[in-house]
Amino acid sequence: MSSLDTNLAHEALPERQSPFLLFLRRLSGNRAFVIGGSLFLIVLVLAVFADQIAPFKPGANNFRARLEAPSAVHRFGTDHFGRDILSRAIHGGRLSLFIGLSVVLFTGVFGTLIGAASGYFRRLDNILMRIMDALMAFPAILLAITVAATLGASVQNVILALGIATTPHTARIVRASVLVVREMEFVEAARALGASHMRILFRHILANAMAPLIVRLTYVFASAILAEALLSYIGVGPPPPAATFGGIIANGRDFMVEAPWVTLFPGLIILVVVLGLNLLGDGLRDVLDPRIRV
Amino acid sequence: MAETLIEARRLVKHFESRGLFLKKKNTAAVRAVDGVDLAIAAKETVGLVGESGCGKSTVGRLFLRLLEPTSGQILHKGRDLMSLPPKELEARRRDLQIVFQDPFGSLNPRMSVGAIIGEPFAIHRLAKGAERERRVARLLDLVGLPRAAADRYPHQFSGGQRQRIGIARALALEPQFLVCDEAVSALDVSVQAQVINLLQDLQRELGLTYLFISHNLSVVRHISDRVAVMYLGRIVELADADTLFKAPAHPYTRALLSAIPPGHPRAKRDREKLKGDVPSPLAIPQGCRFAPRCRFAVERCRSEDPALSIIADGRSVACHLVADGSLAVPPRSSPNSGAAA
Repeated sequence: MSSLDTNLAHEALPERQSPFLLFLRRLSGNRAFVIGGSLFLIVLVLAVFADQIAPFKPGANNFRARLEAPSAVHRFGTDHFGRDILSRAIHGGRLSLFIGLSVVLFTGVFGTLIGAASGYFRRLDNILMRIMDALMAFPAILLAITVAATLGASVQNVILALGIATTPHTARIVRASVLVVREMEFVEAARALGASHMRILFRHILANAMAPLIVRLTYVFASAILAEALLSYIGVGPPPPAATFGGIIANGRDFMVEAPWVTLFPGLIILVVVLGLNLLGDGLRDVLDPRIRV
Repeated sequence: MAETLIEARRLVKHFESRGLFLKKKNTAAVRAVDGVDLAIAAKETVGLVGESGCGKSTVGRLFLRLLEPTSGQILHKGRDLMSLPPKELEARRRDLQIVFQDPFGSLNPRMSVGAIIGEPFAIHRLAKGAERERRVARLLDLVGLPRAAADRYPHQFSGGQRQRIGIARALALEPQFLVCDEAVSALDVSVQAQVINLLQDLQRELGLTYLFISHNLSVVRHISDRVAVMYLGRIVELADADTLFKAPAHPYTRALLSAIPPGHPRAKRDREKLKGDVPSPLAIPQGCRFAPRCRFAVERCRSEDPALSIIADGRSVACHLVADGSLAVPPRSSPNSGAAA
């Protein structure tokens, strides 16, 4: 009997089904992901098309309409310069989201590089991880304040500060999943074929170690927006007249009793974005890691 | 015998537990492989059997230099793999491949089957584009999978089909030597037979040499020309498959083979039950490593480590008693029907 012609391998093959499509299908069935994603998407669309959507220019003063309560014209009211809060919040979303995204990119790139290097090249592990431990010893927000205060208040410095503050934890997460994947047999198979370190690391290990990182990055996004608001509030965020969520709230600080809408509405938007991103992250986590699904 | 293709000489692999900062002194190393000599001739199949933890998988990986040996040599066509510069080692890797045990863990779930089988061509810059696809299709034909499998993903296949994918990948570089590390152990019996037949057909067609590692004695007997029995990191007996299974010489081999259930439920058999457990490879006994469990052991066995030496009919045994004739090798007639037909 020759197995070359008589074997069961010629059974009908299932439909072509890539892991990515499978993943998308499962995501669309996850309620947390769909709700969180929609909330985030709304804010994102508002921010991207701010110029078309916002009823007023974000910096347009109107001294006859100072600290006006929400009305048909100014739906979220106005601040002490008579600027339309809705328009400022829409534009503020642009900068806040830009900062959030930049921090995600920063921590994603550096966290992955550092984490992958220490997980894969074991000689580097001790050195890199002790540096990360040292950074992690500071509370992240304190570290960010220190960096921002030292370098000066600007958009770049806020990104840098938050990036440095969030990278150690990201690196840890990447390292942990690299350590798991590197022991799998397909990695050994690639080595037996003579694959280079870079090929093994990127094609085989990182490609299978991304799930925790993706989840982590959605949380970083949320906390970066929150942290940026905090930095702006205490005055080390992007300098005025730039509008960010935190900046608008900081402006309204002195009128919180007479004109609560100045702080209230941007605060609510922050709530929505952060809630949306966290739900998104929870949904991703549930789909990516079936083991912790309840 | 045909000329030697690949040979291990005094191969040793110790795994040491390392402290965080300082290398701890006096910590016992796990002596997974503790002085293995094994020469494999071109186009033959050598079976490597032993209990779990005896070091057989480690030997397989050392042959491909997937693990760095603590000491010893691997001679491939007369050249020591250990002393080769990295560039040349990469080139030699093309001749030496491995098929893994776990058909689920050995394929990257993010790559399509075509990408998995085609990767060797990409790594060694042998073929790309349409030429690569053509070669992948030919490999799929070779292992009996439909060509359409190339754009499916590993999770869509059964265990036996995945093992075929793993074999196709290992064959892509047209190797001469294939380590099959428990290659059929994870499969159902009917699928095992298919994969074994496939391996034997491929050996005939492509002139392959196998090191077939398994704890399944029947499978090993069926596929192997010669069989090496490992115990605690050392080969204790090496002989033709027929000789070994019909007339095991080493006391450990006798006990191991008597554990094969007979073909008939009422068939009489002499079970030789071993006393005690396998000692930890952290603390290998003095003298002969099998002595504490051996019912024939004498004083000399507890003090002097026997070397693997050739006795009559070309077999090698590591046992003082067999070597000096005081323990007679049983006649070859003793029936044992454990092997698959």
